Amino acid sequence: MEKRVIFKGWMLPALLLLPQIVITAVFFFYPAGQAIWQSMFVPDPFGLKTQFVGLGNFEYLLGDPFYRASFVTTAIFSSLVTLVSMGVALYLAILADRLIKGSGTYRTLLIWPYAVAPAVAGVLWMFMFNTRVGVASWYLGLLGYDWNHVLNEAEAMGLVVVASSWGRISYNFLFFLAGLQAIPRSVIEAAAIDGAKFWTRFRTIVWPLLSPTTFFLLVVNVVYAFFETFGVIHTITAGGPQQATTILVYKVYSDGFVSQDLGSSAAQSVILLLLVGILTVIQFKFIERRVHY
Amino acid sequence: MKIKTLNLALAVSMAWGTAASAQTEIQWWHAFTGRLGELLDAQVAQFNASQTDYVVVASNKGNYSEALNAGIAAFRAGEQPHLLQVFEVGTATMMAATGAVKPVFEVMEESGLPFDPNEYIPAVTGYYTTSEGQMLSYPYNSSTQVLYVNRDKLTEAGIDPDVDLSTWEAWDAVLTQLKDAGVTCPYTTSWQSWVHLESFSAYHDLPFATKDNGFGGLDTELVFNGPTQIAHIEQLGKWAQEGKFIYNGRRNEAGANFRGGECALFTESSAGYAGVKAEAKFAFDIRHLPYWDSVEAAPQNTIIGGASLWVMEGHSAEEYKGVASFLNFLASPEVQAKWHQDTGYLPITNAAGELTEQQGFYAANPGTEIAGLQMTRNTPTANSKGLRLGSFDQIRTIIDEELEGVWSGQKTADVALNSAVERGNQLLRRFEQANR
Repeated sequence: MEKRVIFKGWMLPALLLLPQIVITAVFFFYPAGQAIWQSMFVPDPFGLKTQFVGLGNFEYLLGDPFYRASFVTTAIFSSLVTLVSMGVALYLAILADRLIKGSGTYRTLLIWPYAVAPAVAGVLWMFMFNTRVGVASWYLGLLGYDWNHVLNEAEAMGLVVVASSWGRISYNFLFFLAGLQAIPRSVIEAAAIDGAKFWTRFRTIVWPLLSPTTFFLLVVNVVYAFFETFGVIHTITAGGPQQATTILVYKVYSDGFVSQDLGSSAAQSVILLLLVGILTVIQFKFIERRVHY
Repeated sequence: MKIKTLNLALAVSMAWGTAASAQTEIQWWHAFTGRLGELLDAQVAQFNASQTDYVVVASNKGNYSEALNAGIAAFRAGEQPHLLQVFEVGTATMMAATGAVKPVFEVMEESGLPFDPNEYIPAVTGYYTTSEGQMLSYPYNSSTQVLYVNRDKLTEAGIDPDVDLSTWEAWDAVLTQLKDAGVTCPYTTSWQSWVHLESFSAYHDLPFATKDNGFGGLDTELVFNGPTQIAHIEQLGKWAQEGKFIYNGRRNEAGANFRGGECALFTESSAGYAGVKAEAKFAFDIRHLPYWDSVEAAPQNTIIGGASLWVMEGHSAEEYKGVASFLNFLASPEVQAKWHQDTGYLPITNAAGELTEQQGFYAANPGTEIAGLQMTRNTPTANSKGLRLGSFDQIRTIIDEELEGVWSGQKTADVALNSAVERGNQLLRRFEQANR
């Protein structure tokens, strides 16, 4: 049974909802509507003349093999970022959870990278792995490995994934640690007395009880990988080499603001909007069912 | 008495205030920071001090792409500056924007100030001039590609530092000798598309695109996948595989490697001179860009890069007069010559070049005259006047991507160039559609 609070009349609820609705309308519906409208035109950059092309922009985009490849790149990139940032965070959270002494210090240190803005993080990693002056690439060179993410597609992808995941690990760590600490000790202790080893306890008790946190982080991290990693990619690879790290959001930027093709850029935002909508529906319809609250 | 003095002071300061606001303000948005930004500000201060009618206000709006975007966004909001600095690849975008830009020749004509297009160096202004010879934008900073040679590196490798490097035919033997002597970076380049395809085509009098490289119309198509260009890229790809050509990045990343003394030979903008001179701890010299001797038309002339100033529409006649007098000030031989000598950018008038010569600058700084000579050695042809292509910034990115495929050995030169042409043509058709 769900509890419902019943308001009498509609004035008060409407009034209470109004600020939220206004904000959503101004900052979401209006720009989204504009994007849909613009996606049907091919304008010149200065807005002096424009031509109606209907679905022409979408046709042009979907006929472009590089745009189609960008979907695959985005899928690989966001899966890797989500997996790496959540996996490492969970591992660290389990370790920190078991600590008795000094856990505060570890936690503080682990949370620090979250304060670094994506673009700044990008620049830090770019300098470390700079093919000529980077510290990391110099050590790799000593080991006989010729690091060159400027030309090597796999290395470029690896670098932007690591740089994007780095700051995110802190955020996920916080949530995982809180989630772990919310699990009643008594349940785990009871299982331990029954003879369950660590791994069994984790699989049968901790992981299911942690699932609301994991689900929340999954949604948040996918959205992060889709949209907020722009700064990292822009500073490290600018989408290269050969568009190996051009994710959908980066392409919206480079087509719209570098080559001033606003029609194509608007059409891409509309596709992105649909895609995120579909992803969210999938997540809530299918994955949430497996979550135990 | 005291109050009276105070009132007087107030009245005077107010009068000053109105006098200041009576000056017509000219807004100039640019993309220069660091040393170049300081030199630009010095020019503005000199102009503002030289007369009382106008005051130029220069503001930095980020890098070239960002400044262009800021200008476009401002125009859409009706807040555009009078002058906007736009890099050479943005030329077609600005040109197509009839109603947003006011051609420089028109601004000069209407101002009634003296303006003679013949005083300008055609190889420089040609890039920004219509086929009828009308100047559309003012070439503020232009440079061209030259070869920088680390003489010490050559000597170390047992090569005569004056060895002939004027033709690409001579290069293989020199690069092999450097490589065999253990030099880790025999040759590197900055701006690969600009040096090895754009200027390369002009230098060998080959078209980069149809319709006179885009000067003749928006229905232009890329044709830089000709046999000479393919052969050249193939040779570079071979050197890259053999470790004789080291690729360092799309822009001027390679400059650090040359200035640090790692690389023996380096093709780069003539505007890189100041940096090399300041940082290089080795003997270096500047030479003409090499060409393939087997191509009969070579060497024609190289083409420029850099940026020009566009006058934006929507301001008053009085303000345009201010713009015209500022441009006239920039073009005066003294200001031009100083700019040329301080920055390594090309002089845009013949008078400025001659003045620099008279001042003994070329004699004191050997090599600085090469860029100018290389630009003016022949009358520019339809293939070497410049390039006017829509979405050119993105076309360059495509070329970068494809060339990287060649350097890493994933693609052959012909596959890469054919693909670059095909992808670039799609963008040109988009641009044509948007500006129909």
